[in-house]
Amino acid sequence: MSAHALILAGAGGERAWRLQDYAARGGYGALRRIIAEKTPPEAIIAELKTSGLRGRGGAGFPTGLKWSFMPYAFPGDKYLVCNSDEGEPGTFKDRDILRCNPHAVIEGMIIGAWVMGCTRGYNYIHGEIFEIYQRFEEALEEARAAGLLGRNILGSDFSFELFAHHGYGAYICGEETALLESLEGKKGQPRFKPPFPASYGLYGKPTTINNTETFASVPFILKMGGEAFLDLGKPNNGGTKIFSISGHVRHPGNYELNLGTPFPELLAMAGGMRAGRKLKAVIPGGSSAPVLPASVIMDCTLDFDAISKAGSMLGSGAVIVMDETTCMVRALERLSYFYHEESCGQCTPCREGTGWLYRVVRRIERGLGKPGDLDLLHSVAGNISGRTICALGDAAAGPVQSFVKHFADEFAYHIENKKCLVPPLVQEAGSQIYM
Amino acid sequence: MLEIEIDGKTIQAPDGSTVMDAAALAGIYIPHFCYHKKLSIAASCRMCLVQVEKAPKPLPACATPVTNGMRVWTHSEAAVKAQKGVMEFLLINHPLDCPVCDQGGECQLQDLAVGYGGAHSRYREEKRVWINKDLGPLVASDASRCINCTRCVRFTAEIGGLMELGQAFRGDHAEIMTFMGRALDSELSGNVIDLCPVGALTSKPFRFSARTWELSRRRSVSPHDSLGANLIVQTKHDVVRRVLPFNNERLNECWLTDKDRFSYEALASEQRLTLPMMCERDTWHTVSWQIALEFIASALQSITREQGGQALGALASPHATIEELHLLQKLMRGLGSENIDFRLRQRDFRGDAVRGGAPWLGMSVVDIHDLHSLLVIGSFLRKDAPLLAQKVRHSAYRHGLRVSAVGPNAEDWRMPVAARALVAPSAMVAALAAVAAALAEETGRTVTERLARRLPAAADISGEARAVAQSLASGEKNAVWLGNFAVQHPRAAELHLWAQEIARLSGAALGFIGEAANSTGGYLVGAVPGEGGLDARAMIESPRRAYLLFGAEPDLDFADGAATVATLARAQLVVAASAFDSPALRQAADVLLPIAPFTETPGTFVNCIGEAQSFNAVARSRGEVRPGWKVLRVLGNFLELPGFDHEDFESVRDEALAGGIPARLDNAIGDVPEANAPVPRAGCLQRIADVPIHFADPLARRAPSLQKTADAAPPAARMPAAMLAELGVNAGDRVRVRGSGAVELHAVADEGVAPGCVRIAAAHAATVALGPMHGDLSVERI
Repeated sequence: MSAHALILAGAGGERAWRLQDYAARGGYGALRRIIAEKTPPEAIIAELKTSGLRGRGGAGFPTGLKWSFMPYAFPGDKYLVCNSDEGEPGTFKDRDILRCNPHAVIEGMIIGAWVMGCTRGYNYIHGEIFEIYQRFEEALEEARAAGLLGRNILGSDFSFELFAHHGYGAYICGEETALLESLEGKKGQPRFKPPFPASYGLYGKPTTINNTETFASVPFILKMGGEAFLDLGKPNNGGTKIFSISGHVRHPGNYELNLGTPFPELLAMAGGMRAGRKLKAVIPGGSSAPVLPASVIMDCTLDFDAISKAGSMLGSGAVIVMDETTCMVRALERLSYFYHEESCGQCTPCREGTGWLYRVVRRIERGLGKPGDLDLLHSVAGNISGRTICALGDAAAGPVQSFVKHFADEFAYHIENKKCLVPPLVQEAGSQIYM
Repeated sequence: MLEIEIDGKTIQAPDGSTVMDAAALAGIYIPHFCYHKKLSIAASCRMCLVQVEKAPKPLPACATPVTNGMRVWTHSEAAVKAQKGVMEFLLINHPLDCPVCDQGGECQLQDLAVGYGGAHSRYREEKRVWINKDLGPLVASDASRCINCTRCVRFTAEIGGLMELGQAFRGDHAEIMTFMGRALDSELSGNVIDLCPVGALTSKPFRFSARTWELSRRRSVSPHDSLGANLIVQTKHDVVRRVLPFNNERLNECWLTDKDRFSYEALASEQRLTLPMMCERDTWHTVSWQIALEFIASALQSITREQGGQALGALASPHATIEELHLLQKLMRGLGSENIDFRLRQRDFRGDAVRGGAPWLGMSVVDIHDLHSLLVIGSFLRKDAPLLAQKVRHSAYRHGLRVSAVGPNAEDWRMPVAARALVAPSAMVAALAAVAAALAEETGRTVTERLARRLPAAADISGEARAVAQSLASGEKNAVWLGNFAVQHPRAAELHLWAQEIARLSGAALGFIGEAANSTGGYLVGAVPGEGGLDARAMIESPRRAYLLFGAEPDLDFADGAATVATLARAQLVVAASAFDSPALRQAADVLLPIAPFTETPGTFVNCIGEAQSFNAVARSRGEVRPGWKVLRVLGNFLELPGFDHEDFESVRDEALAGGIPARLDNAIGDVPEANAPVPRAGCLQRIADVPIHFADPLARRAPSLQKTADAAPPAARMPAAMLAELGVNAGDRVRVRGSGAVELHAVADEGVAPGCVRIAAAHAATVALGPMHGDLSVERI
C-alpha cells in the first residue's frame, strides 16, 4: 500500500474490515457529524464539487454534479444503488475495497442517502465474488446493530435501509441500467436513455448509481475537506485512485495513488517489469480502454485528462501491462472473445458485430487471415461504435481499433506469414510465473 | 405542439411525440424492424438511426423524443451509413435464401435489404444456426431467420397478457423461445406471425402453400364473435389460403383472434355440404335445388293448411347474416308463424316482454380505453370475446381500469382483476342483489323501489360483493357487462334487471358482450318470436310438426343438444340449411340444403357496438352451394309469398335494417318477477357450461389446426380440489357424470370453479348426452 492511501489505509489485516476497527480509524465520523449538525445536502454537494471527485467506475462523471440531479423533493421512494458489479477484465479494486473496508462504502452510501433523500439502497455485488458478498452482508448487520442503518439513524429522524444483492456474473449488469433491470428481477439488458435513472430508475423511481470506490471516497472527502482532497490530485482530477495493476509486472495488485502520479512510478511500485523484460503496451483503464504503446504510456500521468489526451481512458483504473513476449493478435483475440460472450444480445450492432470481430481476429491468429481483414475489422468496429444502446458496443470496438492502429505491423505479419511475430516459445516463456 | 424539421420539411408534432411519430405524420418513411406502433419501444434493432443536429452520434428515431426546433435528417450520408451498417449486421447471420423462405415477397428484411443491403456479403465466417422451436399447431418457427427484434416477445407480454415468449441467452447466442418447452397457447397467438418482420414466425397451416403475389386480397368480416373483426381473406384459384387482419382502429386494430385467423381451414373440410340432399325411407340421396325447394314448399304449405303457422318453427344460428335472418323471419311470418328465434343457447326469455330494444355493448370499443371501472357478470371473457378482453387488459395495465367480476368461474384472464365474487350459478342473482345493496350503501343512493324488498340484509352482503361495489363506486366512467354465461343463465332476465340496477347506482353504462357475430343483429331484423310466438326453448319443449333449421347444429348449438336432437328427430319435417354435413344433422333432418359459409356469400353482421358491416363473397361457391339469402328468397317464391323479389343482397339488407340501428339499440329492461331459486338436489353439483372458443360455431369446430390447440382439448369435469376430495376422486381420474344422460370424463382440479359446482364444457360431442347447459349433475368415481 502506498503512503498516499485513504481508502486502503490501515485496511490490511484480519479484522480491519470490522466496524470496530473502521471506527477506530475515524470511520463513521463524517456521518455522525452530518447528523449531529444536520448538514444541509447542498453543503455536502458543494464540498464534493470542490473535491473534484469523479466517478470511479469508468466514466469519470463528476459525483457532486450527479448527486445534484436527484429531485430531492420527489414524493415517494428514491433509490440509491452501489455498482459493485465489477466485471471488466483487469479490474479488481472494488473487490478489495469491499473485502478490506466495506464500512467506508456503507458510510458513503448513507451520506448519499442523506444528501439525496433516498429511502432505500442496494449494493449490487458481482456474482463471482460470493465470499465478498457474504462479508458485505455481515458488515451491514454490524451497521444495523450499531444504529447506523435502518429507522432513525443515530437517533435522528433520518431513516435509510441498505441491502446487498449479488448478481450472477454477467458483465453487462455492470452497465447501470442493466444493473437496475437485473435488480428488478429481469434479464440484465441496458435501457434506452433518456430517461436517465435520476428521473426513471429502479422500479421507475428516481435513482442514483455510483461505483463502490466513489462511495468509499465520500467519507474521506468530508473528513479532510474537498479542498484538501482536490490537492492530493490535479485540478479536475481530485483525490486518490486505486489502480489495479496486472500482467507482466513483478507485484500485481491494488495500489492507491494520487491522481496525476506518473505511470513509471506505479510501475516501480509494482516491482517493475517481470524478469527485466521490455514494456510493450499498456491498457490503462480496463479491457475496454484503447491500448497504448510503451512509448506513449511512459510519458503519461495517471489521471482522467492526461490518459484521455493520450488517446485512451483512465476508466476504472485497471492497468494491464504487457511485455515484449506478448502477441498482440492473441491478446486481442482474448479481449474480443470476452466482448462477444458478454454482449447482451439486445441491439443489433453489438449482438452481431462482436461475434464478427471475434471470428475475424481468431482467424488471423490461427494463420487464416486474408488481405483486407484489417480494413474489415476497422470498418466493422466503426459500424458498432456509437450505434448501440449502451457503451458495451464501444467497449468492444475500442480495443480492436487501438490494437490494429498501434500494432498494425504485427497484425500484417500474422496475415502475411500465417504465424506470430513473437515466436511461440518466447510467448510461453513470458507467461511463466516467476519473479 | 412542437415544431420539428425532418429532411427539410417543417412538421408540427404533438408533445411527447418521437421522431418516428413526427416522420409518420409527414409521410416520411424511416426504415425499422423492432418498432411497432402498438408495442412498447425497444430501440434495439437500430435500423431507424437518423442524424440529429448537434447529436454526436446517430439516434434511433423510434425512441428519440421530439424537442422544439429539432432538425433531423433521415437520409443524409451519416444516417444512411448507420442504417446500412445495421443492415449488414442483420444479414450476417441471417440465411440468404429468400427463394425457399415462406416470408419471401412479404418480408420487411428482404424489402429493406434492397434499399440498404450490399450486393454481396463481406461476412466470410461461419453462420450461426438455431434449432427450430415447437410453438404449437398454429405458429411455425424458423429460428435461424430471427433478427431478435423482440416484437413477438413484447406482443405476448403486452397484448396477450402473459410473456409466453422470451429472449434467452446473451449476445449472438440470444434466441427467442417459449418457457421450457411449452407451446404458445394464447387465443391471440397468430398475431406474432403478422408482427414478425422476417420469416422466423410463419403460419403453420399456410406456409409453403402459396406466394403472397399469387393471392387475391379481399375484405371480409369475421363471422365468429360479436366484435366482427375486419379481415383480409386471401384466395388463390378461388380457394381461401389465408386470413389476415384488416386494420380497423375502432374494432380489432391490427389484431385477430386465432379463431378469426385460422377457421378458414374448415372451408376445405370433407364435411362441406355441396349438394342438396333428401332422406327417403332412411336413405339419403342428392337432389336438384328445384326438387328440394318444391318438396319443401309443398310440405310447408300442406302443414300450414292443416295446422296453421303455429305448427312450424324456425331456429337460426346467431352466426347467420342479417339478410338470412331477415328473409327467414319474413318467410315464417308469411306462413303465419311467429315461431322464430336465433338465441339457441338461451333459457330464460322473460325479458322479451319488457326489453327496451336490441341488446348491445352499450358503448363503443374505443370507449373501453377511458373506463375507470368495469364489472363483468357471468362471462368467460378471455375466450368468449378475446379482442374485447384485450382492450380491457390494455386499459387495465396502461390506464388503471379496475376490472371486477361476478360469476361461477375465475379462470385466468391475463389481466389484473381487482375484485371477484366467485359464486355458484344458483347464487348469481343474490350476488348481484348484494352488490346493488353494497353500492347503495357506498354511494348513498337508493335502490329502485320494486327491487328494494329483494335486497339482502346488510349482514348478508359478502366481502366480495362489497369489494365489487367499491371498485364501481370509485370510478366516474364505469360499465357493467353481461357475458354469455349470464345471458344463457336460467334466470337471465333477473340478472339483466340487477345489472341494470347496479349500472344505475354506479352511473355505469350497461352492456351485453354478445355471443356471436349477429347477436345484436338478430334482434334488429326481428328474428325473435312476436306476439304468441314460441322462443327457442319453447319450440323444443313444445314440439312442432316442422322445423326450419338455419346454420345451426342441433346437438352442439343449443342449450340442450340432446333434447333438441330428440325433438327434431320426431318432427314430421325438418329442413336444415347448413354449410356442413354431420351425423346429428342427418339424424334430425329430412332435407339438407347446402348454403354458403361467409366466404362464399355476401352478407352483413351487426356487431356488439351496433355497427352494420357488409362483406362480399371472396371465393366462388363449391358444388351446388348457394348463398343462404338466395335460397330463402327463392323458397319465398316457391311458397308464393309476397315481398320476395330482391335482386341483390343490398336490397335485402336495406329492407332488413330499414328502421335504422342506433335508435333501436337499448339495454333497458322493465320489471321481471322474482323466480324461485331452484334448490340444488342433494348430492349433486351445479353445472357450469362454457362454450369453448374453438367449438362455438360449425366453422371453428371443423378447422383442423384450431382443433389441435390447447383450447380445443376435450371437455373435462373441472372442480375445486376440495370438491374432488369430498367425492373421493383424484385429479386425472375418470368420473361418471349424470345429467339427463351420463358421460365419462376426466376429473380436473380447478380452483377457478365456484364451490358446489362442476365446470363441463358444452358444444362438444363428448358432453351432449348431459343435456341442458344448466342444472344439477351427479359425479361419481368409476
